[in-house]
Amino acid sequence: MSDLLAVDASAGTADAVAGVRITPVDAVGLEQRAAALCARSIKTTSKGAALDLTVRVMDLTTLEGADTPERVKALCARARHPDAGDRSVPSVAAVCVYPELVSVAAEALAGASVVVASVAGGFPAGLAPLDARLAEIAGAVAAGADEVDIVLNRSAFLSGRYQKAYDEIAAAKQSCRPAHLKVILETGELGAYDQIRRASMLAMVAGADFIKTSTGKIGASATPATALCMAEAIRDMAEQTGRVVGLKLAGGVRTAKQAWHYLVIVGETLGSDWLGPERFRLGASSLLNDVLMQRAKLGSGRYQRREYFSVD
Amino acid sequence: MPPAVDFSLDYAPAPESTAPVRLAAQYGLFVGGEMVEPASGRLAATTNPATGEKLAEVSVADAADVDRAVAAARSAWEGGWRDLPGAERAKYLYRVARLLQERAREFAVLETMDGGKPIRESRDLDIPLAAAHFFYYAGWADKLDYAFSGRRAAPVGVAAQIIPWNFPLLMAAWKLAPALACGNTVVLKPAPTTPLTALLLAEVLRDADVPAGVVNIITGGDATGAALVAHPGVDKVAFTGSTEVGRAIGAEVAATGKRLTLELGGKAANIVFEDAALDQVTEGIVNGIYFNGGQVCCAGARLLVQESVADAVVGKLRRRMDTLRVGDPLDKNTDIGAINSQAQLDRIAELVAAGVAEGAELYAPQCELPERGFFHPPVLFTNVSTAHRIAREEIFGPVLSVLTFRTATEAVAKANNTPYGLSAGIWTEKGSRLLWMADRMQAGVVWANTFNRFDPASPFGGYRESGHGREGGRAGLLPYVELVA
Repeated sequence: MSDLLAVDASAGTADAVAGVRITPVDAVGLEQRAAALCARSIKTTSKGAALDLTVRVMDLTTLEGADTPERVKALCARARHPDAGDRSVPSVAAVCVYPELVSVAAEALAGASVVVASVAGGFPAGLAPLDARLAEIAGAVAAGADEVDIVLNRSAFLSGRYQKAYDEIAAAKQSCRPAHLKVILETGELGAYDQIRRASMLAMVAGADFIKTSTGKIGASATPATALCMAEAIRDMAEQTGRVVGLKLAGGVRTAKQAWHYLVIVGETLGSDWLGPERFRLGASSLLNDVLMQRAKLGSGRYQRREYFSVD
Repeated sequence: MPPAVDFSLDYAPAPESTAPVRLAAQYGLFVGGEMVEPASGRLAATTNPATGEKLAEVSVADAADVDRAVAAARSAWEGGWRDLPGAERAKYLYRVARLLQERAREFAVLETMDGGKPIRESRDLDIPLAAAHFFYYAGWADKLDYAFSGRRAAPVGVAAQIIPWNFPLLMAAWKLAPALACGNTVVLKPAPTTPLTALLLAEVLRDADVPAGVVNIITGGDATGAALVAHPGVDKVAFTGSTEVGRAIGAEVAATGKRLTLELGGKAANIVFEDAALDQVTEGIVNGIYFNGGQVCCAGARLLVQESVADAVVGKLRRRMDTLRVGDPLDKNTDIGAINSQAQLDRIAELVAAGVAEGAELYAPQCELPERGFFHPPVLFTNVSTAHRIAREEIFGPVLSVLTFRTATEAVAKANNTPYGLSAGIWTEKGSRLLWMADRMQAGVVWANTFNRFDPASPFGGYRESGHGREGGRAGLLPYVELVA
């Protein structure tokens, strides 16, 4: 029998659900299916719709040590109107920054449909003292973050201390209210699809509103197979408990083609209900320009020079 | 929260271009290294099952044509092919393999036009695997002296090879490659509904400078096949197709001294244990039965699922079936293409009706089928018992019957409760159970945590009414060699 998630959820949040079944994952079959989905051919009108959706689910991200308030303001301006010359391009979903710059982003995005997301909780390792992590989360929300991206405590998870990993997410969920909580699994450090599936279930049970692949701070990031693995976990969660959780893919998503591979994976696994910013996000910094370039090409039939698109 | 989006994942048509395919209006027979007019003077049309349009007219070989083809094969065999060093034969096979790869797109599109299978499958599976078989057996050609310990492998002579319509070029490759590698010559007859890729292969054989008469390709229906099997100049018969025709061939060649291998029908069990990776199981079941529209002799047509996860698996399966895309086989996003012929479509419809009449519960997704052509939606039957026709007879269509079991012993009993024995699938994360089950499956191929995976190095063939003899691997050489001391 597939094993049950062995955590005591009684101390958890009202959203949490205990006793979910965790199904094993067959790596060969998973990768085969992911490859087949990436071979879907997206043409003409479908391509146009996919490009617009890609913009609308994008978390435009800057997580550099060199970030400045000016850079974040410029990013927010792009988030509202990604293409200064073409107002038909929709706004992105969110701007994602470090807590220090949340207030800058919140001010710059006042009145816009774009929300502010902040990484917090000892990003990217998640190994700071728990109190400090929870304080950082609460601080980001107080400064105006609508969404908080935290990391799974891989040290606890990989050593089998599931209760600890669970409790920390549940605590983060409390500190995060009323903002939405995204939990980064850092799939590149989990070692096996079985572990990604287990971590997905654990994070969802502990109260995550979104589960997210990667920090973007280590080499290995989102891949089609990890995206499929997590989408299947989300589907399983919905089937078992009715709880709806979103998926955020981040790290290494640089081209429009990669983005619509992910749209196909999510759409065919979870259904079109998941293809909107409430349940699906692409975290990226350099993806937007490629999408705009492809979008312009679809209209004109010609590619424009890279220099026509802004660098920030 | 950013504004909600009303988006529905929809794929605009993405048709593969038919530009690489140049069809002739009429095709002769490939005999003695050239295309010749049939002595019969008769022609028959081959159509595109997805549209009903006529693609070309091909010859219908009669007894005189068969005689000419067998004579050409005999003369090529005695005239040098049998004595050619293995390394020399290998050169031709390597050349054929490379030419197939070079013209892969053309072959894939033609295969889909003539047979109705999705371009995704002909492009990603049929044609690459056909080339892989030629590569693989080219490798054996100069190593036959080491293949069977202590014995020398001599060629048999002229092989008559009759292939089916479900994997036309791939079956031609499965048959031709080992026969040629072992030093035999061949008369090959493709199925009447799908002759075109075999005729295109004739061009490749010519371009590869394969000596005249080593491979002869004749087209026609049952009468042509019967004349070929009965011809006294044939030393070896290899047939892939229905059990019914296989029996008739067996009776015909009995006591003639002709060697015979048969690859016939199947009704494979796909067995799912409760500890399996259920999401990949779902894909595996879909690939097992809806691959090539279920027109596969080794299709996983009977799903045996452990009772504790039966509801979960059927639920996942239904949901997955809703996303299957049935339609234009040339569209790159099509999952299920056309059924090969009206006759086959009628057969599927008859058995589906029988399933309903016998009380099984039918599920089929709401999908729009094209107005023209032969199409059938994917079908799932639950509440099936082992006595039902849909659990016993080979349907050769996209129809899955679901049965349940409680213990491994019961699974074994139900899986083997069939006159066939071609393939089986076992899904479990527990290695010891996998091996225990595999030992007990009366089937020529057992897949573990996968289904419908093919490799030239892996022998393929059946038990009981699924036939005898193996194709692929070292075992695939045996039907084409005479072992001498």
